[in-house]
Amino acid sequence: MTPVTTAAPRAATKAPARRVYAASVLLLSVWVLGPIYLLFVNTLSSPEAVNSFPKSFIPQFDLGSLAFFAKFDGMLAALGNSVIVAAMTMVMSIAIGAPAGYALSRFEFRGKELFRLLILLTRAFPLPLLALPLAVLFIRTGLDDTTFGLALVHTTLAIPFAVLITFSLFSGIPIELEEAAWTLGCTRLTAFTKVVLPLILPGITASAIFAFVISWNEVFAAAVLTIENRTLTAFLLQKLGDAPIHLKFAGGFILVTPALIFIFAVRKYLFAMWGIANR
Amino acid sequence: MSPRYLPYILILPVTLFLCAFFLYPFLLVARQAFLSDGGYSLQNFRETMGYWKFSISLQNTMLLALAVVPVQVSLALLMATMVSRMKKGRDLVLYIWTIPLGISDLAAGIIWFAIFEQSGFLNSMLTGLGVIDKPAVLLGYQNPLLVFIAIALAEIWRATAIMLVILVAGIGLIPKEYYEAAEVFGASPWQRFLRITLPLLRPSLQTALILRVVLAFEVFAVVVALGGTLFPVMMGQIYSYQFDLQNAGGAAALALVVLAISIAFTLVILRALRVPKGATI
Repeated sequence: MTPVTTAAPRAATKAPARRVYAASVLLLSVWVLGPIYLLFVNTLSSPEAVNSFPKSFIPQFDLGSLAFFAKFDGMLAALGNSVIVAAMTMVMSIAIGAPAGYALSRFEFRGKELFRLLILLTRAFPLPLLALPLAVLFIRTGLDDTTFGLALVHTTLAIPFAVLITFSLFSGIPIELEEAAWTLGCTRLTAFTKVVLPLILPGITASAIFAFVISWNEVFAAAVLTIENRTLTAFLLQKLGDAPIHLKFAGGFILVTPALIFIFAVRKYLFAMWGIANR
Repeated sequence: MSPRYLPYILILPVTLFLCAFFLYPFLLVARQAFLSDGGYSLQNFRETMGYWKFSISLQNTMLLALAVVPVQVSLALLMATMVSRMKKGRDLVLYIWTIPLGISDLAAGIIWFAIFEQSGFLNSMLTGLGVIDKPAVLLGYQNPLLVFIAIALAEIWRATAIMLVILVAGIGLIPKEYYEAAEVFGASPWQRFLRITLPLLRPSLQTALILRVVLAFEVFAVVVALGGTLFPVMMGQIYSYQFDLQNAGGAAALALVVLAISIAFTLVILRALRVPKGATI
């Protein structure tokens, strides 16, 4: 359910115009899906086929490239690190961000505009750059080269989104529902856990998944902050220069697949999230 | 607990977190940029900005943003208007078009590398069609323009989706009565787009542009995957100062340059697309 209303023209569009329209939709879909398909062809072909020429446009369904990827020294550890960092980012950004989203949607308070400005300000900054000074700081505090240290930076990336998304989600729940719960004997806390939370949970999950994807995909800060405990993106980036190409494609495939599933899972919320987050 | 303090307690964690991991590191990076040999000076800026690669990487970053962002705005606007008049299959088309939203710049670089590498799909197609008889080196120093085009295509492919999402959400907020009225007065679809959609979409366009332009200056992994060292960009320079040259001061100075450019462009966009006071949908 998106709140997007369509502005469909009443008059039936003429047949040729309709065909052009349908063809453009198809063309744009091919533009998006085509390159991903080609990556899948490469991943699902044997290393020999990937390195040969000319390429077949149909996959062989050979798992050789993926097996090579799994056996590559350090790769599975990097994959594990990516999952750990992304999971920590997901938990921290929601745990820290959601209360602020609730405060923004339910209360008028002094300094609210200043707080909103702080959140919006983070979007105008190339945040991965902040990994540079943190690299030094982390060495002093013992957080250097740890998944937790990196997760802190990724949480900084994800938190503005978490706040704005939860703000728009909470704004979508009428306060009257909570007020009714209060009159029926709930405290603020129980009204929240019994009435608001069940309604909001799918949306919260969606924004948590969004935070996961942000962390999973981040390259620069990961490459700066980890040396031994590389995440998948940092590890692949390091290997780009000298790795055999079938390793690159298998790595790309492993990076893309979860993202495809996650975007599918949150697709209902993408537009609702941005609609209010704009304002 | 007094309800007066409740909102402050609720926003405290985010505020503390952003102070510790956003504002404080920002101060640190600024300090580091001006610090060299134990004293404060512009030495780091002189050194990094005087290096021959600086002007090339700045120019490359700017050119790339200039080539990519206008195409993305137009494409996203086109896709958003197409979707808004769609009746059947809207959800499916939107899902397909927003897929790149979940794809990292590194993965996008690898995906387009599959097409442009020497034994890749473009060469396979061209030889199959008989245009060339043996695979050509496409991403080499011989073809700087082609390297640029490959990187630009990968960026357009990957990052149009974020604008699309923001614009689709924005179009959804425009009351359809406006379109109905315009139709009654005989406005063509093009006029409706120019006179209703574009002006009312201004806040969304603003958000989308700021987000996109700042991200365009951050371009890094796509370039590494497709161009390697052939196409130096700002973030790549910062990375090599930090690691290859072990010069944290230099990296910090360049980081400040990127920050300054991002903020300057944000202000320009805010000003150029400002919403007139009191004008709301």
